[in-house]
Amino acid sequence: MKEKLYTLIIVTENNIGLLNHISGVFTRRHINIRSLTASESKIKNVYTFTIVIKMTNDLVRKVAKQLEKIIGVFKVFVYNDNEIIHQELALYKLPISAIQSGINLEKIVRSHNARVLDIKDEYILIEKTGHKEDTQKLLKELEPFGVLQFIRSGRVAMAKPMKPLDDHLKEKEEAYDYF
Amino acid sequence: MATLTQTIKEKTAVVNHENVSGSEAVVQSLLAEGVDLIFGYPGGAIMPVYDALYQNGKKINHILTRHEQGAIHAAEAFAKISGKPGVVFATSGPGATNLVTGLSNAKIDSTPLVCVTGQVTSNLLGFDAFQETDMIGISMPVTKWAYQITKAEDIPEAFAKAFYIASSGRPGPVLLDITKDALLQTIESFKYEKVRRISGYYPYPKTDMEKIREAANLINNAKKPLILAGQGITISGAEKELEAFANKTGIPVASTLFGLTAFPSKHPLFVGMLGMHGNYAPNIKTNEADIIIAIGMRFDDRVTGDTSKYAIKAQVIHIDIDAAEIDKNIKTKVAIVSDAKKALEKLYSLVEKNNYEDWLNEFKELAKTEIDVIISPNIHPQSESLKMAEVVHLVSELTKGDPIIVTDVGQHQMMAARYYKFMKPNSIITSGGLGTMGFGLPAAIGAKFASKNRDVILFVGDGGFQMTIQELATAWHYKIPIKIVLLNNNFLGMVRQWQQLFFDKRYACTTMHNPDFVKIAEGFGLKAAKVDERKDLKNALSEMLASDTAYLLVVEVEKEGNVFPMVPSGAAVSDMILKP
Ligand SMILES: Cc1cc2nc3c(=O)[nH]c(=O)nc-3n(C[C@H](O)[C@H](O)[C@H](O)COP(=O)(O)OP(=O)(O)OC[C@H]3O[C@@H](n4cnc5c(N)ncnc54)[C@H](O)[C@@H]3O)c2cc1C
Ligand SMILES: Cc1ncc(C[n+]2csc(CCOP(=O)(O)OP(=O)(O)O)c2C)c(N)n1
Repeated sequence: MKEKLYTLIIVTENNIGLLNHISGVFTRRHINIRSLTASESKIKNVYTFTIVIKMTNDLVRKVAKQLEKIIGVFKVFVYNDNEIIHQELALYKLPISAIQSGINLEKIVRSHNARVLDIKDEYILIEKTGHKEDTQKLLKELEPFGVLQFIRSGRVAMAKPMKPLDDHLKEKEEAYDYF
Repeated sequence: MATLTQTIKEKTAVVNHENVSGSEAVVQSLLAEGVDLIFGYPGGAIMPVYDALYQNGKKINHILTRHEQGAIHAAEAFAKISGKPGVVFATSGPGATNLVTGLSNAKIDSTPLVCVTGQVTSNLLGFDAFQETDMIGISMPVTKWAYQITKAEDIPEAFAKAFYIASSGRPGPVLLDITKDALLQTIESFKYEKVRRISGYYPYPKTDMEKIREAANLINNAKKPLILAGQGITISGAEKELEAFANKTGIPVASTLFGLTAFPSKHPLFVGMLGMHGNYAPNIKTNEADIIIAIGMRFDDRVTGDTSKYAIKAQVIHIDIDAAEIDKNIKTKVAIVSDAKKALEKLYSLVEKNNYEDWLNEFKELAKTEIDVIISPNIHPQSESLKMAEVVHLVSELTKGDPIIVTDVGQHQMMAARYYKFMKPNSIITSGGLGTMGFGLPAAIGAKFASKNRDVILFVGDGGFQMTIQELATAWHYKIPIKIVLLNNNFLGMVRQWQQLFFDKRYACTTMHNPDFVKIAEGFGLKAAKVDERKDLKNALSEMLASDTAYLLVVEVEKEGNVFPMVPSGAAVSDMILKP
């Protein structure tokens, strides 16, 4: 079976220990986590982990079920790229000399919909959000200026369907008995 | 760690006390859960709890095993037989790490445990204090839930959660790691409320009627159906429902090692044990069946052999309480994520009365082959030396399915499973998923604590016996009248068998130069005897069975005996072989 990119949105309690547990599900199976983002959600005390992995459909279903078994995990959503809107954030630090290098930095920044976050005596800091390919492309174009530092965040994603998280959680709760 | 409070939603059964220490809160929590027996071993960090136990006098019985591994295996067997979570105490560091094998064993075999470990004072956590081990980190992969308590006020809630989690849904081991300062703090008002629900935990899936109908439809149209019964039946308490379902549909029933007491072995529809060392007929027929109904079993690789050549003609209906087991090893046609009992009750009314006489006769024919080629020569051997099978067979004849049979791991385990005729539910205690040598002796002790009225007979090998042999002292100390049948082949038999079959008889490091087991047992205060001739076997066994104190019978058996039939590792179940 072919490996594909999947985004897992894991909805959990607010509990530090869960990160260890969740990553254990992947490391135990030698699955490389491509990116991981933890965040609060709209609901109080409900957190989401957004994890990007590349694997077969068969395996991703199995892994999702193992994750749902962890006590404190409410629900695991598995999405392919067509089913979500997703973003990553990248920061680029260039030497201040980039401004006078003769190449039009302003034009590059504009054409990529990036923005300048900070300018100091020694450096200039640029920010761009977008898909990985987009932030990577900007990196390539900035390279001639001598990029001092580059960093990219993990993916955050939202599903396209309109169903709110509360409804998903309610549905799940109702599918079970508790004693 | 997050706070506990947010997760508890429904509470019942309130107990109140004022100004209690953390360690007293531990004892009160256990009492509130109805615990009257603990297996454990004291040490620095957990001493306050032992002190509270002492001050509570005889309310809770504590069994001092001779090693923490002994404590946890005893608790596992106690849990299986009593149906209540086994409770274990150990101190921090080495005491706690000695529990890891047992935790892992309990996790894979779905055994409910609540293990309490001491921990260094919370302000020393993470600084390599004396006897500090990151027990939460170590135990997370081998527990259903692991939680560290650093404040006395969290104790009652954490215990309520622990007992609920350990015993609900698919049962499993829970670990509570309590820092010493939490044990010493005072709580103004201790309030114990049992938990009935925790957010983020979904133990009992509601049975989907649509799936039940789909399954019934498949079953009603089946030509060659086969039921695979596993431990889930025992956990669910669905033995009667399974029998009723089988009686109505007329479908043959095969079992896993753990399913052996899910269905009466004398029932005309019982066709034997599945898997590597199971019976011939159910393995061969697995690949001829058109509908397989797997109930509370997880298609372990000892059961399936090569999964790509498993159940090749069948559509599989899988009933399991754990959604993660569905499609994990074997693709299902209809998945019923449910408690076995509930599912069987619902299925019962939708399936038609039927019988499969021809299909059943095919099993009988293969069973006859197995009897002729393997079983008869093993229980009535011509050889001079004793065979494991004849010993188990004779114990079975003498005890008529009444006792609880406990085994260690190895050839004797498979022989016990194959040749003992189980007649009562919940009568076999063994280490299946982990195959933990050393499990047997402490497990036998734990089983006996849970069943004062039934005999407990342990079958053990010379290898595994020596892994937890110190627990003979526990049996003697507490006057636990277990009957131990040591099947001594002076080899690590199961490994030697593989060396014979797959490594050209290169017996690397499997020969055992054994001590005088009779003297050892006598040194521990047990009665003991040895037998090596057939003519003495029955008397020796009868004497053991008649003993009202712990008894070791060493039976010298054939050195290079093998367990057959066998599905060679990596082969298809239908390629099971009857001889080398
Ligand atoms: C040397 C050795 C040889 C072995 N050879 C064999 C062999 O030949 N044959 C064999 O069968 N085994 C053999 N085993 C044991 C094997 O490794 C497995 O432990 C065993 O097959 C598991 O049986 P099981 O699936 O019934 O039980 P478990 O592993 O306990 O699985 C139980 C299943 O039931 C489910 N469940 C739990 N509660 C419920 C409920 N209330 N309702 C519904 N479902 C529930 C669980 O989710 C789980 O999926 C051997 C082990 C050793 C050490
Ligand atoms: C703790 C542990 N170590 C190693 C093994 C591997 N192993 C499985 S069976 C076996 C041999 C058991 O020998 P013995 O206890 O004498 O029983 P027999 O097979 O001879 O009946 C071994 C070493 C194991 N299962 N558990």
